[in-house]
Amino acid sequence: MADAGEPEGPERKDDIVKAKQEGKELTKEEKQRLRKEKKQQKKSKEKKDDKPSRDSEKEKKPASAASPAPQTPTQPPAQKAPSAAPAPVPVPASETPSAADKPAKSKAELKAERRARQEAERASKGKKGDVGPQAAPGKPKAPPSELQPVVKRLPEHVQVDNPEVLKKLAKKLERQQIPLRSDYGYKVSLFSHLHQYSRKAPLTQQLGIPSTVIHPAIVRLGLQYSQGIVAGSNARSVALLHAFKQVIRDYTTPPNEELSRDLVNRLKPYISFLNQCRPLSASMGNAIKYIKKEISNIPSQCKEEEAKRKLLNCIDCYINEKIVLAAKAIAKYSIEKISDGDVILVYGCSSLVNHILCEAFEKNRKFRVIVVDSRPRLEGREALRRLVQKGINCTYVLISAVSYILPEVSKVFLGAHALLANGYVMSRVGTSQIALVAKAFNVPVLVCCETYKFCERVQTDSFVSNELDDPDDLIVTRTGTTQLEHWQEVPSLGLLNLVYDVTPPDFVDLVITDLGMIPCTSVPVVLRVKNVDQ
Amino acid sequence: MELQAVLMAAGGGSRMTDLTYNTPKAMLPVGNKPLMWYPLNLLERMGFEEVIVITTKEVQKMMSTDPKMKLDVKMKLDVVCIQEDGDMGTADALRHIQQKIKTDILVVSCDLITDVALHEVVDLFRAHNATLAMLMSKAHEFTETVPGQKGKKKTAEQRDFVGVDQSGKRLLFMANEADLEDGLSIRKSIMRKHPRMHIKTGLVDAHLYCLKKAVVDFLADNKSISSIRGELVPYLVRKQFSKTTNCPKIKDDAEDQNQKKNDEPHGRQNPLKLCECFIISTPNSPLLQLAQDRSCWNDHRGDMSEAYHGGKLRCYVHIMDEGPCYRVNTLAAYIEANRLAPKLFEEVPVHPSAVISERCQMGSDSYIGAMCQIADKTSIKRSTIGNSTTVKEKVKVANSIIMHGVTIEEGCNIQGSVICSNAVIGRGADLKYCLVGNGQQIEPEGKDHWHEHTP
Repeated sequence: MADAGEPEGPERKDDIVKAKQEGKELTKEEKQRLRKEKKQQKKSKEKKDDKPSRDSEKEKKPASAASPAPQTPTQPPAQKAPSAAPAPVPVPASETPSAADKPAKSKAELKAERRARQEAERASKGKKGDVGPQAAPGKPKAPPSELQPVVKRLPEHVQVDNPEVLKKLAKKLERQQIPLRSDYGYKVSLFSHLHQYSRKAPLTQQLGIPSTVIHPAIVRLGLQYSQGIVAGSNARSVALLHAFKQVIRDYTTPPNEELSRDLVNRLKPYISFLNQCRPLSASMGNAIKYIKKEISNIPSQCKEEEAKRKLLNCIDCYINEKIVLAAKAIAKYSIEKISDGDVILVYGCSSLVNHILCEAFEKNRKFRVIVVDSRPRLEGREALRRLVQKGINCTYVLISAVSYILPEVSKVFLGAHALLANGYVMSRVGTSQIALVAKAFNVPVLVCCETYKFCERVQTDSFVSNELDDPDDLIVTRTGTTQLEHWQEVPSLGLLNLVYDVTPPDFVDLVITDLGMIPCTSVPVVLRVKNVDQ
Repeated sequence: MELQAVLMAAGGGSRMTDLTYNTPKAMLPVGNKPLMWYPLNLLERMGFEEVIVITTKEVQKMMSTDPKMKLDVKMKLDVVCIQEDGDMGTADALRHIQQKIKTDILVVSCDLITDVALHEVVDLFRAHNATLAMLMSKAHEFTETVPGQKGKKKTAEQRDFVGVDQSGKRLLFMANEADLEDGLSIRKSIMRKHPRMHIKTGLVDAHLYCLKKAVVDFLADNKSISSIRGELVPYLVRKQFSKTTNCPKIKDDAEDQNQKKNDEPHGRQNPLKLCECFIISTPNSPLLQLAQDRSCWNDHRGDMSEAYHGGKLRCYVHIMDEGPCYRVNTLAAYIEANRLAPKLFEEVPVHPSAVISERCQMGSDSYIGAMCQIADKTSIKRSTIGNSTTVKEKVKVANSIIMHGVTIEEGCNIQGSVICSNAVIGRGADLKYCLVGNGQQIEPEGKDHWHEHTP
């Protein structure tokens, strides 16, 4: 496993890696060193919640059972056995510091203590083993070795069915004085690990009016997100940055605080609030990372006015570069790919694809567009309106007719919500269907995506991390009757309103970004280059 | 700061002069609390910490002595006094406090009793960046007989015609019956943009408005508008659909303004034009415009125009379907409110300091105020008795409202009446559906009073 970020020095790493590869037992000193490091890690983690978190505990199990005393050969098998257990074990984290406090005891006593502790753990694990819910799919299965330097934790928003994670979230929100939004309705079991909110129960119900904890611009933004008034990855990022500009303008540094640290802390509850209103998109996440970095990089001797001016300037530059100019560049590249007589298929309403088609039309390319739409959002209608307003010749079908219409199509242009590090394209639900059918008909699929939407996550299916929209959107009234009105009363019925899905890179022929036209598999290269730049 | 609350408590109660003869409307007791307490409680529950109260000196004096106001209201009240007799409309009052207003405002009338979830109104205001958001409610029928009025004759209430769009949230048309002499005419520009309009007449305006700060600035420049409900709101609703002319930028030099005025095509010097620009076509900040362009949302469909039809001035209304919402501006409303308001707030039926003798029959719907003295063999059903009232033996009180400081001598029979403060009802009087004014005295052994009205 390529576990990066080893805390040890390079030469020790080689030794240990060699030892691992040879399958030999690590030498006493190496193991001692490892244990010490893990103890330190454990101590720092101790300062956080006492509640167990899954992965880390499982991997820390070998570490916690260790003690400053040199180990015996009986240790590794005992360690490996519990670590191979599938269920997460709440490890008594208090053991490690208590062990560290008694270096004066003799080795035999420490060994005895350790054994007793292990017995206790195994006993408690037997009781609690079946309580903890099974690991969510896609959980990185760490090898039961002692080299667990960086712990990969699952994000909170995909662990909704884990009551401990929920409790942690509730505590965090309480600390930030943000109300907790409760889930609504019965969730389909495959997606029960995701949040599902109702649009009729906005978060502002639990906030006071006027909002004092959260800046009014952020409350307004959160409302617009949850009601769908600002929808679409680009629009959401721009609106977010606009709101942040207002926050920065209204911000005053409290005495004895530094702007670079305090402003970042001020933004954290706002981000939690927006996350509660609607889960953040990858583009928003990248924008937030950028802003936080810019804020932290403000030198401490910088005066407040100048710092604010710099930050506002940074935000403007970011939007200009990453969104406006990127759109222009992508349009330029795409127009080369559009030839006269083309029949272009688009899906849903992607601001970038609309922009490209409008630009191409202005450059006098002759083509016609087929807009494919799907329920319940029916965003294609908005795309249709914008294209027809320009004068482009359009056809409108629903996604169920896509295999009927595809023989006419020469190219498929898709927008993306995010591009994942393994080349998968995350986009509106239905996109992978279109890409699949297009592949079956040998129609080229081009995905247009700005580089700021590239995300370091890796996903191969649409289940692990997704967004569940309001299930009541699926209810429709036709000719006076609303069939699904009382869906909650039917015990075995669940309404599922997915928002995103992932398309494998085999179905995508080309990705058009502001850096040029790249194949889907080059996304990690772009990410690496971006990281080096920053 | 997001919203500043403004409470209009200077109204005279012109439709119930009998009650407001001595007591200003804002301090009339409803369920043994002053009327003003209810909107203040609503604001407090919502989380407001400061309220600007516009009222008269008399009310301010009464406020400072009233125990309920001092104890229960924990917000900071910034009381602004205006002349009592001056014809100051609500918009004039806003103009008066323009200096205090720093952000968008929430205007509440003092006679509103409701438990609406205010976030519904404010969310419309926030989410759509609206210029005006207001609250309306389906009107309730008043079932109680109004004392002092013979028969069930209702004064001709002027109806309000309210037009909303298909979603029921956007306000398209608002006019009072009095202004529609020849009939209801709807401009074509409205019909083109909103082909489906629902016109409702059975709605009660709660007089709760969220207004943008730009509107207050507009009022300051525009002295001809004096009432919010009567003039400002219909004006704003109309202006949603007026053609957006090329307006100069907001901060213009004086010379430019004069020049533009002279360039008017018809030569009509329209002083309103420039002020309108403040609220009609305030340009969106470029980022906000970019976000709106990139967003795949539209508030309507079927035509080629963008969201909101490109209009910057938007008025929204939240119509309450259920839940109490009363405006206590007529006698009937006052009686109804007295019946229902205490239930809303789970008022303790008997104030702890009241002295009630053992052999008094008290119904569960009755509310007794502080320091009352109720003697034996009295029967009190469905009534509200104010503070410091004395009720002697063998008195039957049913369906009545008795205000503070009243003395009811023995053997009286009071039904369906309203007895104002400090009145004295003589021994053995028999009152049915009467309205007894302030400080009046009903002679003992009074004959059958029926539907009488003593000012």
